[in-house]
Amino acid sequence: MTKALDVKDKYVSDFEAFSANGESGVPQWLQALRNEAIERFSSVGFPTTRDERWRFTSVARVAETKFALANGERPSIPTAEVRQHVLECGSEQVLVFINGRYSEELSSTGGVPEGVIACGLRQVTGSGLETVEHHLGKYARMTDNPFTALSTAFMADGAFLYVPSDTILGDPIQLLFLTASGGRPVVTHPRNLICLERGAAASVIESHVGLVDDMYWTNCVTEAVVRDNARLHLYRVQRESEQANHTATTQSYQSRDSNVALTTVELGSALSRHDINAVLDGEGAECSLYGLTQIQGSQHVDHHTTIEHAQPHCSSWEFFNGIYDEKARGVFTGRIVVHPGAQRTDSKQTNNNLLLSEGARADSQPQLEIYADDVKCTHGATLGPIDDKALFYLQTRGIDAEVARNLLTYGFGVEILNKIAVAELRERLDQLVHARLDDGAARRRAKNQC
Amino acid sequence: MLEIKDLHAGVDGVEILKGIDLTINAGEVHAIMGPNGSGKSTLAQVLAGHPAYEVTQGSVIYEGRDLLELEPEERACAGVFMAFQYPIEIHGITNAYFLRAAVNAKRKCQDLEELDPIDFMEVLEQKLDVIGWTDSLMDRPVNHGFSGGEKKRNEILQMAVLEPKLAVLDETDSGLDIDALKAVAEAVNKLRRPDNASLVVTHYQRLLNFIVPDFVHVLAKGRIAKSGTKDLAHELESKGYDWIKEPAGVV
Ligand SMILES: Nc1ncnc2c1ncn2[C@@H]1O[C@H](COP(=O)(O)OP(=O)(O)O)[C@@H](O)[C@H]1O
Ligand SMILES: [Mg+2]
Repeated sequence: MTKALDVKDKYVSDFEAFSANGESGVPQWLQALRNEAIERFSSVGFPTTRDERWRFTSVARVAETKFALANGERPSIPTAEVRQHVLECGSEQVLVFINGRYSEELSSTGGVPEGVIACGLRQVTGSGLETVEHHLGKYARMTDNPFTALSTAFMADGAFLYVPSDTILGDPIQLLFLTASGGRPVVTHPRNLICLERGAAASVIESHVGLVDDMYWTNCVTEAVVRDNARLHLYRVQRESEQANHTATTQSYQSRDSNVALTTVELGSALSRHDINAVLDGEGAECSLYGLTQIQGSQHVDHHTTIEHAQPHCSSWEFFNGIYDEKARGVFTGRIVVHPGAQRTDSKQTNNNLLLSEGARADSQPQLEIYADDVKCTHGATLGPIDDKALFYLQTRGIDAEVARNLLTYGFGVEILNKIAVAELRERLDQLVHARLDDGAARRRAKNQC
Repeated sequence: MLEIKDLHAGVDGVEILKGIDLTINAGEVHAIMGPNGSGKSTLAQVLAGHPAYEVTQGSVIYEGRDLLELEPEERACAGVFMAFQYPIEIHGITNAYFLRAAVNAKRKCQDLEELDPIDFMEVLEQKLDVIGWTDSLMDRPVNHGFSGGEKKRNEILQMAVLEPKLAVLDETDSGLDIDALKAVAEAVNKLRRPDNASLVVTHYQRLLNFIVPDFVHVLAKGRIAKSGTKDLAHELESKGYDWIKEPAGVV
């Protein structure tokens, strides 16, 4: 394997080529942002497990592989195949990205209310649209995370959604990211910006799917600005292919009385690290984070959440369930920062982990940093195999042990899926959870036969 | 229907049941009373097949079969039902989903076709009608966030839907206010038939004013210390358990 250091230098020289080549026409503010980002990345490099925030997750798989920038390469994928990967959600509005680049032909955005903009980010970065310059890169801090720095350095495309004041987007908008590499390891850096103005409301589904079996890497950053009294439902479904690496930051920034509900479902990839950062910067803002991880084999999923209560009277809820089979490994960090003066903060965090086999492992760590005195912060975590009391209870009702085990595992998943407001999406994800359970059961049977 | 002979059972080598003899015929209601820690729940759990309890001696014959040989789910399919003293919370699974899974498990043993959610709701509504309840708990996860009374009621609802031949109710009355107690007792009485039987475990005599037993047994230190008719319950109410502390024959 290549040393992480060489690879870091490679990204710096890739960046020079990238900036010079075709990307040279970008506005100055964007170029300045990128320059700052690559400088940041080149000074810190990839994180290691010596870094507190990366203690349980080694990114050596990523740091030691030379990934080529996939930008520009756009394999053509038949529309029918693309359609298969669109999640049912009762809406036809979908923005499709192939290897990180927006595909206008494959997307459909008809029917959005007047004033709403839903398009590729690339279409607007050079257009002089002030909103973009005003918000892009302002919330996801590159100093927090080297992957965010890298994303910012290489950002070229992604989704842009703008919902003007008091405008309600009734149907969900889906952002579908398909990776179809081939031959060599590629990296994509999808970059999304969602802006909901005062009193606006929208549901967004961000979905990542791998179309190939080889190793690739998705490094995605989504920033959401949610203004006074606006409401955002963000659903995130990660179904990368088995060999893939997925690093992502979902960053929200909320003003007064706004509401953000994020549901994240992680099923895919070999390695996934998802940082969720929410800043509540206006009185009465509420944020709920729901997460479901269901993995097997030697998959590794790390949810690293940070909720910052910057103003008084804000509430946050976190509810993460993990189902780990075979040698899968899960990590959950729930950091809650209550700033001085953020009185009457109400925050609750729950992380439950189900270990379906001896080899599975999960680590859970709450981190409360509270600098105000009149606050309510609770947290709790559980870890272990299926509860044998519950198993017996189901058996006494006639349900046989294997079915009962499946049912209890399913309950663990569905507890999170039940938070999803879009019925079609909930049903589709329910099927995916079931399929994964059936697959796990089949693998167990096959193993027992050997 | 049920014949328990010289049953000894315990946990981790510690004997809790020390020789229980009890025969229950179809159509009968038996009550088991006794102080805390006397082994009432242990008996109920052993009958349901809890794996933590080891039977070290004796036999349990249910409808001519060796009950102890059967897995808990096989006992359920054979018509044994136990209402838990402390019902278990199940995450995520709604009451409706759970009940349908249980009904379909039973139908499977009877070689009947599974009920789809719509057919099931019909069956459920009939049952609710019989016991005079509404279905307000159906869309909530099983026992999760239920009050004590709701949990107990939920056990009875499961019993109504599963129509057991032998129902073992472990302190289903404990913690209920008088209205809830009456509702539970009424439901149990409505489900009484000449071909089924119940074993009602209770700590308090008052339940037996509503579910009138044919026999009352007093369990003390893992043995049946005294058996009698419903009058025994009244005697216990006025005198307490102290006068039967030492089962006959125990040194
Ligand atoms: N699973 C168990 N593990 C250890 N001890 C137990 C267990 N179940 C019951 N016991 C013990 O057996 C005795 C009888 O308990 P139990 O059957 O619950 O009594 P009751 O229901 O009459 O109050 C008590 O001393 C109790 O502590
Ligand atoms: Mg008891």
